[in-house]
Amino acid sequence: MKWIEKIIDKIKPTFSKGGRLAFLHSTFDAFETFLLVPGTVTGKGSHIRDCNDLKRVMIVVVIALVPCLLFGMYNTGLQHFLASGPEEDLPGFLSVFWFGFLKVLPLVIVSYVVGLGIEFTIAQIRGHQVNEGYLVTGMLIPLIVPVTIPLWMLTLAVAFAVLIGKEIFGGTGMNIWNPALLARAFLFFSYPRYMTGNNVWVVDGTSGATPLAALAEGTPLQELPSWTDMFLGFIPGSVGETSVVCILLGAAILLYTGVASWKIMISCVAGAALLSLAGDIPVHYHLVAGGFAFGCVFMATDPVTSPQTETGKWIYGFLTGAFTVTIRLFNPGYPEGMMLAILLMNTFSPLIDHMVVSVNVKRRIKRIASHG
Amino acid sequence: MNKRIFLDPLFKNNPIPVLALGICSALAVTVKLEPAMVMALSVTLVTGFSSMILSLLRNTIPNRIRIIVQLVVVATLVILVDQVLKAFAWEISKQLSVFVGLIITNCIIMGRIEAFALYNKPFPSLVDGLANGLGYGIILIAVSVVRELLGSGTLMGYQVIPQQWYVANGGVYENNGLFILPPMALIILGLIVWVFNAKNAKRV
Repeated sequence: MKWIEKIIDKIKPTFSKGGRLAFLHSTFDAFETFLLVPGTVTGKGSHIRDCNDLKRVMIVVVIALVPCLLFGMYNTGLQHFLASGPEEDLPGFLSVFWFGFLKVLPLVIVSYVVGLGIEFTIAQIRGHQVNEGYLVTGMLIPLIVPVTIPLWMLTLAVAFAVLIGKEIFGGTGMNIWNPALLARAFLFFSYPRYMTGNNVWVVDGTSGATPLAALAEGTPLQELPSWTDMFLGFIPGSVGETSVVCILLGAAILLYTGVASWKIMISCVAGAALLSLAGDIPVHYHLVAGGFAFGCVFMATDPVTSPQTETGKWIYGFLTGAFTVTIRLFNPGYPEGMMLAILLMNTFSPLIDHMVVSVNVKRRIKRIASHG
Repeated sequence: MNKRIFLDPLFKNNPIPVLALGICSALAVTVKLEPAMVMALSVTLVTGFSSMILSLLRNTIPNRIRIIVQLVVVATLVILVDQVLKAFAWEISKQLSVFVGLIITNCIIMGRIEAFALYNKPFPSLVDGLANGLGYGIILIAVSVVRELLGSGTLMGYQVIPQQWYVANGGVYENNGLFILPPMALIILGLIVWVFNAKNAKRV
């Protein structure tokens, strides 16, 4: 790695103050800290220091998403070949994966190129450092859209999410809503025909209703894909959301490294489980169907848009799960509720934090008062 | 003097983005350009003439019941506008539905009467009222052009985006459904507020 350091040191003066390309110093800085650990150290005051900075945290989440991405590619190919021919004609594993890979890769590229392009431009204009927040968002967006989405729509959605959802509020760490979900919400309300319905999930296929869409249309439970298939992920659906196995793998990474909150995940499942008693669909179907698992592990736990207080996390997670199932059961317009539930709870998370803190303050004042 | 009274509400002190008045109807009637223009015209006439009439009456209205008098004048004008629309533009009147009646609650009208017409001569009051209505209209038209063009692909009901661009006709384009929904009006309005704030900040 020494040679990277050498190159960076060599070209640094060009981008520093007074250099020829000084106006690009934000861009340079982004690449420098991406490749090397930043050399700036806190000078005074006591701080708990840790090898984890924002960049490392983001990379952990991206790594946790890789299983979902790889499986999503395979499943895209699989669903295509299942829809286009009998099961016996299924080509080998590699060619199935390759087919899906070629379909999913453009989504990932568009998401990163557009999103990072906007982030870099805005950082340059404002003279800020480029934030690494988009690394995760850029990976999440391709995973929560149907693989058939036209690329220009994805471009618009990414631009909307990054500009209106994030940069206007002040960039990474300041956003109220999860930017990836905002991109999905934009697509969902702008181009509903491309986001839900019977023929969006399968590449060039004729049919491919997701289990949830089928349920919303009144298909009995027995005619759905088996629970095992839904758990393993061999069903139509957004690229990364189908396989609960891969999502659990990602969850394990996130929990082991302490990046995501286990409180939110557990209370989210609990909320969904409790509310599912109100409908006919059993709990274990709710947990594996649609985007529930994916949203619960990767989206609801976003540290920026979820509450900061520990009690708040329990409340937030529980309500997210409860609202998801409520929307699934009682709103005939929307077969899936995970996106809307998380966005709604994102809106309320500052309020939850405020409540928790003020209740705590009142409790402590009372305690002091009672002691005399 | 009158020129300044006229120009000020159009840009520097535009009622919607700068004074934040009359936002509700700006969200509601801007899906299509045509109703937005009719709405803008109606509001302009009502603000203009209610300001003028109340300015004429300003020395005879007892201060304690002035709000009631203002409401009577404004309501009369709104009913007039509503009846005229129903008689001559039934289709648009149906599209605007309750929002014509709700002009009476438009904060711009009461705001201008309270802040300007009660202390000024009739002619400046008329100018001020009309200009504020026009300022409101400019924003309404700007928002509705964006929303109708991107949400429905039309302007004033005429197809602007070529038919062969659409997916149904072998192209790649689709109308953006979000622009028809109220949240997008709020976002567009927010962006306009941003532009106005940035400009006004520079001037100061």
